[in-house]
Amino acid sequence: MIAIIDYGINNLESVKNALDKLGTTFIVTSDVATIQSADALILPGLGSASEGMKNLKKLNLDKVIISEVKNDKPILGICLGMQLLMSDSEEGDVDCLNLIKGTVTKFNSTNKIPQIGWNSISFNDDTNVQRLTEGISNNSYFYFVHSYYCQPNDTNIVKGITPYGQDYCSLFVKENIVGVQFHPEKSGKVGFQLLKNIINYFN
Amino acid sequence: MLTKRIIPCLDMTEGKVVKGIQFVNFRDAGDPVELAKKYDDQGADELVFLDITATIDNRNILLDVVKRTAKEVTIPFTVGGGILTKKDMQLVLRAGADKVGVNTGAFKRPALISECAQSFGTQCVVLSLDVKRIGNQWNVIIDGGRTDTGISAIEWAQRAVKLGVGEILLTSIDTDGMKKGFDIELTKAVTQVVNIPVIASGGAGKLEDFKDIFIEGKADAALAASLFHFGELTINDVKKYLRNNNISVRL
Repeated sequence: MIAIIDYGINNLESVKNALDKLGTTFIVTSDVATIQSADALILPGLGSASEGMKNLKKLNLDKVIISEVKNDKPILGICLGMQLLMSDSEEGDVDCLNLIKGTVTKFNSTNKIPQIGWNSISFNDDTNVQRLTEGISNNSYFYFVHSYYCQPNDTNIVKGITPYGQDYCSLFVKENIVGVQFHPEKSGKVGFQLLKNIINYFN
Repeated sequence: MLTKRIIPCLDMTEGKVVKGIQFVNFRDAGDPVELAKKYDDQGADELVFLDITATIDNRNILLDVVKRTAKEVTIPFTVGGGILTKKDMQLVLRAGADKVGVNTGAFKRPALISECAQSFGTQCVVLSLDVKRIGNQWNVIIDGGRTDTGISAIEWAQRAVKLGVGEILLTSIDTDGMKKGFDIELTKAVTQVVNIPVIASGGAGKLEDFKDIFIEGKADAALAASLFHFGELTINDVKKYLRNNNISVRL
């Protein structure tokens, strides 16, 4: 069973509806014991990094997420959820979960901020990524809504690149940790396919 | 590369989609959830639902439509109409909307924008801006097209960006429903002064109108209603045409 972590203000409905359509068993929870007993975690996200971290801490979820993931439990971070997996974020100058070393930076203001809309992803073709992108052609379009992006220190974990002013990391995979800057649950058929592949990858 | 978006708009009243001309003379265009699903299948990039009457009774009907739509569609959608408080916005988001449009409520109490942006993030607060040319200036029109505020739309747009809106849905009442093309001049005036995405709305009548609003108006997205509802063009027709004209779209 997958636990979708409910930490207050994020948009859970779309993730729930997507997993429903895929026929996956899941529970929406902010309960520590439920998170501990789940097979995999999804950290969705909407809103600001500082607000997100504040809510995770208030619910005592930061520590349990860190220890479960360090014990090899799979986790998928979506949008803000991906950013919260990093060491820290410029958005509100906040320390995050530090499961992936690196920082979260704001887009250069020569671009419109936030980036809103469909952008392409160029996937790295290593074996792990092939499992995640099965049935999805390279440079497919996914739906993005964000002002900040992740800069992992270890560039080897960067598995998808998107151009917006500069090329940035839109997908990282480090063993049991997957982060997606876009919204697979809002990206039409390709998004659902990717979500399905990620769930298979976790099993 | 970030693509230009094509967005069908569903104006609703009492749970039904309607379409008017210059905000009056509405005619029935069908069931919102079915239309939403059809547009998703046709390749729409997003959807916009506007509750044009937005009474208390309609609010529950709207929330029900939002919930049902969220279960059916695989693309993002914005919901607007009658959003006066942070609580209103939260209800719509919790029902499954991705973004919420604020209009009259934000004009009358601009703090609504900052409150919502702080709680939900700027990316889901859309300024729905209805504009009419009065003499030499573009004025903000509120109350569903009924009240001229006398305030410059350009100034209000800039102020709203500072307060925290993440996107502007810009409707020209002058061109709405006329099918003679988008209001390029107005759209250009707004896209020049804000650094957030602008959705142009009002007046799409033929394929060329979409090209013009992207190239000349510098819009990030184009919205249309009757053209799609009554089957004059499909979303796919528009996107193919744009791609043939070297405008990047998701096909």
